[in-house]
Order: sequence, then structure tokens, then C-alpha cells
Amino acid sequence: MSDAPPPIVTVKGLTKIFDTVRAVDGIDFSVERGSITALLGGNGAGKTTTLSMLLGLLLPDAGTISILGEDMIAHRHRVLPEMNFSSPYVDLPARLKVVENLTVYGNLYGLANVKERIAVLGQELEIANLMDRRTGSLSAGQKTRVALAKALLNEPTLLLLDEPTASLDPDTGDWVRSYLEAYKTQTGATILLASHNMAEVERLCDHVLMMKAGRIEDEGAPRELISRYGRRNMEEVFLHLARNGEARREAS
Amino acid sequence: MTGSFQRLKGMMLRHVYVLKASWPRLLELVYWPLVQMVLWGFITRFFLNHSSWVAEAAGVLISAVLLWDTLFRANLGVSYTFVEEMWSRNLAQLFVSPLRPWEMLVSLMGVSAVRTLISVTPAAFLALPFFDVWIFDVGPPLMVFFANLLVTGWTVGLVVVSLVLRFGLGAESLCWLVIFLLAPISGIYYPIASLPDAVQYISWVLPSSYVFEGMRSVLFDGVFRYDLLMGAVGFNLLYMTLAALLFLRTFTVARRKGLLLQQGE
Repeated sequence: MSDAPPPIVTVKGLTKIFDTVRAVDGIDFSVERGSITALLGGNGAGKTTTLSMLLGLLLPDAGTISILGEDMIAHRHRVLPEMNFSSPYVDLPARLKVVENLTVYGNLYGLANVKERIAVLGQELEIANLMDRRTGSLSAGQKTRVALAKALLNEPTLLLLDEPTASLDPDTGDWVRSYLEAYKTQTGATILLASHNMAEVERLCDHVLMMKAGRIEDEGAPRELISRYGRRNMEEVFLHLARNGEARREAS
Repeated sequence: MTGSFQRLKGMMLRHVYVLKASWPRLLELVYWPLVQMVLWGFITRFFLNHSSWVAEAAGVLISAVLLWDTLFRANLGVSYTFVEEMWSRNLAQLFVSPLRPWEMLVSLMGVSAVRTLISVTPAAFLALPFFDVWIFDVGPPLMVFFANLLVTGWTVGLVVVSLVLRFGLGAESLCWLVIFLLAPISGIYYPIASLPDAVQYISWVLPSSYVFEGMRSVLFDGVFRYDLLMGAVGFNLLYMTLAALLFLRTFTVARRKGLLLQQGE
């Protein structure tokens, strides 16, 4: 019998249909505890739909989602305090100051010491000097760090990130990646991210789920995938699969 | 602090911060009830010499307009507050947090109560120096009328919120429009008996009609009618329950259709 801990996320037969479009088409996957796993795929591959179902924002038409051992569809409020989420496509209220937004979400996540946690994150994410600024007045890089602070308020066991470095300059993008690596090492948190940045995926991720047309075409560690497809990097693997190349799944 | 209470605190703080940061918003809240009070104050002055009905109870029109504003602001306090979350693309963030839909519902009512009090209190007090009308002469029943109209406003607000959640921000004008359906048939400024017979049947299934009739009963006859109170409370309980169920049902539909993510028009 294996001593390995059970996966933090287990998805079976997950399906979402919008009108006649099967946005997610019966996918199965699991995410190991303490890993950084990437959901990759072109536009419309089903990444955001999958993340939305994992977060409980979207109800699946079929399939099951188990997170931290709980049935996410039936009991999402048992799990949500252990999770958090950040996306450049979902905003925090622009008129509120940074400290006000973090205070609101600190209370929503039930923190015992909201002020202290905000102060710690202010130091760690180098946003202490932004606390009294209106969130809407921040630059893209500053907004990303504030959104990350919101996503880390509750020290989530499972962190879901949708394109965490989209629209950031290389320096800020590198800073965010380094922070995520350090955060994972320090806390043992599990991170599931959707990204279009293949260099980011190669650098950060232990495991990759390649999505196409609502299905998982292939999966594995970045090095395994690069080797399996005889390519030089993940960018080439991505292009191979995105341009109707055949998947070469490992024989199980 | 229990989880629910802290989450409600978080939601209340979110909207208190918005009000605190924006004096134009505070001014807008206070402005309309004041203008209405002044307008109906002058109309009252005119009617005091030209209408024996108004002369019997000088404060009836000003009391009516302040109570109507309570209903109007209570509705806006719920619907506008929710739409504000959609404008700021914050709805998805809120619902990936442990916030439950019913907690959102309760917080909307809490924010609405605060906004309504801020809105109508200055006009209620200023009616005394301006027109020698002290609305608090209505006595304890005033609180009962106020509470019932708050609940009616919340009910209309929740129906509007459900429609906006279902059909998107293209339906946001309903926040201001729907409540006015009640205005002509609630007997705000005139008795229900003065309406056409067929319309009266509709009026008597509205809690607001019972409140305004009750107000006139106190002001004209000095009698607090418990039968009218029971009518208002009964219909409020019924409609509030239905509106809350509609909101919760619409929330499930929104999760099924992905509407929490698509918040545009």
C-alpha cells in the first residue's frame, strides 16, 4: 500500500456544456499535494471553465470534483476557506483603498487577526507603501501584487491562479514567479495555475495538464513532455498539440 | 466571532468604505429626499388654504413623501449595492470566498438600512424648521411603518437583483424603474378608496398600501389600526420569502450558466 498522501484535487468525468458547445468534455485528472500544476491550452481549450468549476463559480453538467476530500459540488463552503484565487480578469473594487479591500476580504475569509496578516503580506509582497492608494489607481504590476495579497490572506492550502503574470513586464513577472516558488516551498501549498507563458510553466510546474477542445490531450512533468514529443521546450510541445499534432500519451 | 457574522461585517465594511470615500454619493443620498420634502412642503402650504382634506392633517403629504422615500431608498439600497459589485467586476471574487448567498442577501439588507437612514433622516428633521411639520408626531407607529416599508423595498430590490443577475447589466435600469410601479397604486398621497375599483383589488395585495392607509389613520383619526398592520406584515412576510427564494434560485441558475463570470451587458 502506498504511503503517498491522496491528491488534493480529484476530478472525474467533469463536463460542462454551453448550449451545444462542450466547453469541458468529461475530463479526469488529479493534483498532488504540494505540487505546482499547470493547465495549458489555447484560447477556448476549457482552462478557465475548469478553474471556474473547481472554484464553485460554475456548476458542471456531469462529473465529480473532490477537493481536500470534500465533494466540491455539494459542500463547497466546507472547502472554500482553504482555497483562494487570483486572476487579472477579475477585479477588486477600484474605489476602495488597498488596505480597505484587504480588510474586507480578510473578514470574508474569517481571519482572526486581519490587520496583522495585512501587515505581513504588505512586507512580503512589497505593497506596504500602496496600502492607502485607491486600488484603481495602481499599475498592472501593483494590481497583480495586491491581487496576490488578497489570494494569500487566508494562507490557502490550494491556490488557483489564472494567468498570474499576464500583462506584466519581464521584471515584475519574474518577481511574481520567484514569490510563488518561495511561497510553495515555505508553506507546502498546492498551486494550480492556467498560463500561456511556457517558460513560466517550465520553471514553476511539477506537472502539466494539456487541454484542447475541452479535453485533456496529455499530461506529465514538463521535462517528460518535452522528451516525449522530441521538442526543445514546452513552447514547441504546446504548438505541436495546438496545431493538431497527435498526442503521445504514455502507455499506462 | 462566528464566521457568518464576520463575513457580514466584511460586506458591510465594503460599502461603508465606498460611502466614506465619496461625498458626492452621500450628498446624492440626502439630496432627493430633501428636495421632495421641500416640494411637498410648498404643495402642503398651498393646499392648507385650498383643501379641507389636507387642512385636517397638515403633515400628511410630507409624512407620505418621507415614507415613500424610505420605500424607494430601501429598494435602491439593495439593488444598487448589488449592481455596484457587478460594475466593479467583484462578484466572482466574492463568491469564491466563503461568503454564502444568504449572507450576501442579508448584507444587502443591512447596507440598505444604513443608506436609507442616511437618506431620509435629514429631511425628516428639517421638515420642522422648514414647514413646521414634525413627522415624529406620528409616534411609535412611525417605526412600524418605517420597518414595513424597508422590508417592502428590500423585497422589490431582491426581485430586481435577481433579474439583473439573470439578464446582466443591460437590465440595471430596473433598479430605478420597478419600484415606481408601486407608486400610483399604493395610496401614497391619496386614499386607496379613491382609486378605480379594479385597481383597488391590486392595491390591497401590496404591503405598502396598508402602511400608507395606516399612516393616514393615525394622522387623521389618531387611531393605530392593527388590522392594517397585520395586512402589511403578512404580505411582507409572504413576498419577502418569495423574493429570497427567487434570489437563491437565480443564484443557482447563474452558477449553472456561468453568469457570475460574465457580468457585462
